[in-house]
Amino acid sequence: MNTILRLLEDDSRLTPAQIALMCDKEEGDIRRMIADYEAEGIILGYKTLIDWDKTDREYVSALIEIKIAPQRDRGFDRVAEKIYNFPEVQSLYLMSGGFDLAVLIEGRTMKEVAYFVARKLAPIEDVISTATHFVLRKYKDKGVIYGPAVQDERGNIL
Amino acid sequence: MSFDYQSVLGHRVREINPSGIRKFFDLLDEMKDVVSLTVGQPDFVTPWHIRSAAIESLEAGKTYYTSNSGLIELRRELSAYLERRFDLHYRAKDELLVTVGGSEAIDLAVRGLVDPGDEVIIPEPCFVCYEPLVTLAGGKPVIVTTREEDEFKLTPALLRAAVTERTKLLILPFPNNPTGAVMTREDLEKIAEVLRGTNIMVLSDEIYAELTYGARHVSIATLPDMWERTVVVSGFSKSYAMTGWRLGYLAAPAPIVHEIFKIHQYGIMCAPTTAQFGAIEALQNGDPDIEMMAEEYNRRRKYIVHKLRALGLDCFEPRGAFYVFPNISGFGMTSEQFCEKLLYDYKVAIVPGTAFGSCGEGFARISYAYSIQHIDRALERIGQMIADLKSGR
Repeated sequence: MNTILRLLEDDSRLTPAQIALMCDKEEGDIRRMIADYEAEGIILGYKTLIDWDKTDREYVSALIEIKIAPQRDRGFDRVAEKIYNFPEVQSLYLMSGGFDLAVLIEGRTMKEVAYFVARKLAPIEDVISTATHFVLRKYKDKGVIYGPAVQDERGNIL
Repeated sequence: MSFDYQSVLGHRVREINPSGIRKFFDLLDEMKDVVSLTVGQPDFVTPWHIRSAAIESLEAGKTYYTSNSGLIELRRELSAYLERRFDLHYRAKDELLVTVGGSEAIDLAVRGLVDPGDEVIIPEPCFVCYEPLVTLAGGKPVIVTTREEDEFKLTPALLRAAVTERTKLLILPFPNNPTGAVMTREDLEKIAEVLRGTNIMVLSDEIYAELTYGARHVSIATLPDMWERTVVVSGFSKSYAMTGWRLGYLAAPAPIVHEIFKIHQYGIMCAPTTAQFGAIEALQNGDPDIEMMAEEYNRRRKYIVHKLRALGLDCFEPRGAFYVFPNISGFGMTSEQFCEKLLYDYKVAIVPGTAFGSCGEGFARISYAYSIQHIDRALERIGQMIADLKSGR
């Protein structure tokens, strides 16, 4: 089962027909398995990796460390929910170590991000402090290196 | 000033035919937008931990020659590796020689064993180097044609028919490039039975040994009475995706290595030092890389065989390496004509079977050392050509 998930994680464009041939299975079975994964929330979506730095899109991303006071019974979940529901928030992780939540957010300008932190994140009840780190460059994401397109330079040797 | 170069060049080198496929590749290099399935090397980059070990060796200033035979640490790791993966037993000290790719090891073995006039049995289709190297050594290549109906295996009947009193060496290139054929233990036992009691040596080219699908590779040297008469050659190129590092090895009984060593010592001195340090890391920690790459090749293999068959191409199921060798004889064209038409009109490059011996006529080699999406782009165009041919266009 993990084979199919790993294949799709690596290339979500693979069709059920392709996966079936690669794994000696019936296409219908693969289709059903993928539908089950989706229904169970194991597969949550299919996205595309884009290096926006190669386009003219203006954007900035930041990693924000947040310290919070955990609430009785609900731990960090309630605060986390308040934060992840903002569409600006790309990722949110509960962390061990010197702070509690790591938020990855994207905005059009640094000002916009700073504004978001000051107006939306910091005022949330139980948030004790925030520290904003702007991303200067993305080198690698989801296992993919962000750089020049890779050319096939292998020589034909015979 | 005119100079008759033919009069100064040695007759042996003039006797060798240049690889016919070169012309085809030159053509390919000039064309744009071609989807190529021609390369004979992995599409993986050498795993980072191996590259990193090599870089560290450079940073530490390890830029010297090693001993002629290769770093003793590397030979110890090789010895352990061969035992661990293939139950092959060779002493690091005097039964292993580190070479510049498997290719040098093949050359060394041929030159070390073959005297002028000796016959060398070469099963074709096969990789292109054996026949010229035998010719250069003054030997006489005896070509044996393996057949699709035998799954391109060397059969005892074919071998027996080729053996004469002058037979010195049998070249055993399995898993095979270009057919993807493998020899099982039972297949090899039948070959061994023909060889026992003769003086015929075996050069077993096991460069694709880590890339077999369904069953582990068996070396003929593991069969009773065969270790003594076998020279195993292999390398790091295919199993660890290290083609550009040019590192291989030769494993044989000490008296053979002792003599062959001299050719290597005087002709090469030693294999590249940086590559040797990378190879130590590969052998120590690279088993998971081998498994990962082999699994990926296996998925592509299944995919491409299914697809080619669905396109109406007769396709023997390869059990090793990373090639398929479909039968394209049903289209009323020679292999070269078929591949040229595919290249010119449909912008897909595959290799005519005749590049691997005249018996490759009617076949073509397709490499699946490419991503599935790349393979699919090519197959779509191949499918278009077949459809056009069938509808008489």
